[in-house]
Amino acid sequence: MSALILIELNGSEVSANSRAALTAALQLSDSVDALVLTNDSANASSAASMSGINTVKTIVDDSLEHANVEVASKLIADVMSDYKFLVSGSSTYSKNILPRVGALLDVQPISDVCEIKSSNTFVRPLYAGNVMATVETSDDTIVMTVRATAFEHAEDGGSAAVEALSPAMPESNSTFISLQESQSERPELTTAERIVSGGRGLGSKDNFAMIEQLADKLDAAVGASRAAVDAGFISNDYQVGQTGKVVAPKLYLAVGISGAIQHLAGMKDSQVIVVINNDPDAPMSRMADIVWQVDLFDALNELNAYQV
Amino acid sequence: MKIIIPVKRVLDPYTQARVNKQTQQVDLSNAKMAMNPFCEIAVEEALTLKESGAATETIAVSIGTDKTVDTLRTALAMGVDRAIFIKTDSELDLQPLHVGKILANIIQREEAQLIIMGKQAVDNDNNQTGQILSGLLNYSLGTFISKFDLSSDANSVEVSREIDSGIETRKLNLPAIVTVDLRLNEPRYASLPNIMKARSKPLETIELSSLGIDTSPRIKVVSVEESGTKDRASKQISSAEELFTELNQMGVL
Repeated sequence: MSALILIELNGSEVSANSRAALTAALQLSDSVDALVLTNDSANASSAASMSGINTVKTIVDDSLEHANVEVASKLIADVMSDYKFLVSGSSTYSKNILPRVGALLDVQPISDVCEIKSSNTFVRPLYAGNVMATVETSDDTIVMTVRATAFEHAEDGGSAAVEALSPAMPESNSTFISLQESQSERPELTTAERIVSGGRGLGSKDNFAMIEQLADKLDAAVGASRAAVDAGFISNDYQVGQTGKVVAPKLYLAVGISGAIQHLAGMKDSQVIVVINNDPDAPMSRMADIVWQVDLFDALNELNAYQV
Repeated sequence: MKIIIPVKRVLDPYTQARVNKQTQQVDLSNAKMAMNPFCEIAVEEALTLKESGAATETIAVSIGTDKTVDTLRTALAMGVDRAIFIKTDSELDLQPLHVGKILANIIQREEAQLIIMGKQAVDNDNNQTGQILSGLLNYSLGTFISKFDLSSDANSVEVSREIDSGIETRKLNLPAIVTVDLRLNEPRYASLPNIMKARSKPLETIELSSLGIDTSPRIKVVSVEESGTKDRASKQISSAEELFTELNQMGVL
């Protein structure tokens, strides 16, 4: 009844959501292996240092640098003959690949697992997290993504064996052209301890820089509502919510965000929520621990000038 | 080139989902329903391709009880040429794997080269059906797309995908399935004359049972509960100094 976790790499390092996947997999099985699809065999070492993994299996091929989904899903499906569970952290990487693996294995995958009740019973969100469902699967092989905010992130401390697999590379009908990566020196949104998030109320891309300034002051990541992204204040990968990223930092500071249910779905588990807004009736304010009802530009100026 | 656009009828996204404790299901009786917002974006993209002359025909497909026809009529009113309605007898708990198998059947029958669909439905939030469909048909796949360009020979598409690290651009050879993200386009509204016209557009009904697809549930919903957003006891403050003092006391700085 062994489990395989699909590792997502962040450069050469294991991503935080893969660390959550390992914690989840260890709740399902005593025997957890990891699979790394990469263009560089050196990238297995970060996975091998995580505590709790038996063997890290690697498949190395140039085409795997930018996870070609047709290739990746076939490779993973073939490896799965030795495993009962396939677990990966919820991200655009795993959500792209795992359902296609499910199709190849004739398995109904389970998305965004937040809690493992037993080896076939899981809790997952519906309706942007407004409803939590307990679901029981009857599939023999179980394929799932898990929320990185719902499971501890496994630490280093292991030294797993690394085993290189060399399957024939499947054919592909698509080709990678380019990746326009967001460059940021700030903490990564999904793992940051503090997030300063801005909404439509900021009014312009130039004004949004005040959010970035405050984030730097607090050593925080920058987030945004869908409205702010749609308006072009900041790029899509900063969006928090049902269709963006799900976060649960120690501190979530929301500026000029009214709080559509889709946004609340992405940040409601934050430990401390601070809302800066001039609208006392905004849904966001009801779930705040601290509310500052004020013109948001006055607040940002005061906060950015404040000597900590 | 034929385009198939699978569409789903869901609880209106601006309506709060309520759980019926007796049935342990989300209560959809008397609830306001709508086309899944991502499906509207998929319809819009297909219509744009038809208007540019790149597509010969646009076909919307949906699966469900008789009320699902409303959603197909909405797609027709937006401008889709015809609709295929896969009729189920009752509110079957169809899961993405089932939906994928049903859609694969229709796509093969229609010999469609391009499938444009939403990246997720805002009820079950699975974000799976397009990916599953691509695996069943062995079509190329572009998920979460925010930009779509058909090649001049109509043999491939270049798509930009919104991924966690930024924007990835890929070329997909047809046949292909793309799942659309929010920023691909602004879906049009159906005008009143088009709503009238949609009533006479072709809508074919196929009984699900006639397709011979195993729809026995793989996943059983044991229970559901509303988790919503819990109101918190908000403390009002009125200065940066107060805020920093509070946050320091809470130990979150």
